[in-house]
Amino acid sequence: MNITVKYFAGIRETLGTAQEARQTCAATLGALRDELIAQGGTYADVLARGKAVRLALNQVMSDETAVLCDGAEVAFFPPVTGG
Amino acid sequence: MHARVRIQTEDFDVSAEVARLRADQKGVGAVCTFVGTVRDTSDGQIVSTMELEHYPGMTEKAIEAMIDQAFERFDILGARVIHRVGLLQPLDQIVLVVVTSAHRGESFQACEFLMDYLKTQAPFWKKEQTPEGARWVDARVSDDAALAKWGIASNNA
Repeated sequence: MNITVKYFAGIRETLGTAQEARQTCAATLGALRDELIAQGGTYADVLARGKAVRLALNQVMSDETAVLCDGAEVAFFPPVTGG
Repeated sequence: MHARVRIQTEDFDVSAEVARLRADQKGVGAVCTFVGTVRDTSDGQIVSTMELEHYPGMTEKAIEAMIDQAFERFDILGARVIHRVGLLQPLDQIVLVVVTSAHRGESFQACEFLMDYLKTQAPFWKKEQTPEGARWVDARVSDDAALAKWGIASNNA
């Protein structure tokens, strides 16, 4: 399926990418994270297990069990610090 | 009808926003406002500027949902949230929450609820410029604890 992945704040800076279109077979957000980590390089660094990474699916805060579907918009970002 | 949530680079005028929310609302007996501002120090470092990034689209939806929850939980009559993004300096206003109600208790509570919620669940990120370079602000566990007192679990930090 085709999805859009967005990155914000420190994760965006390290990757040098704010948004990318991807094809994936990952069933969940957690599986997508694993797929990105497996790419190696800076992806493996910023998304590594143990790093504080928060996720959103279709612009709603989600956890790694959330199920991906075609056309989904996924976002990876650090803990939020507004207000 | 004015938008309940605004994300903007421009500054805001607290008096004008309060007046707009109160206009023709004769049942209002209490107005509670909270303004968050940029400090010149953070974790022992001098802060010269602060840059705020957000997730356009999600930010507005997330705060709209928080306001819906505030209306469900408290007997309030109106609510507005304005949050600035972009480059800010010490003394600048960052965020405004205004809540109106018939009596003070409900608007005090709803205002605090909205800020506690926004701190841990709205997609904003702060980057500070200090003498040792730029750094992303770390989330605080105490902000998760503040939201927990309303019965909402948060593991943002």
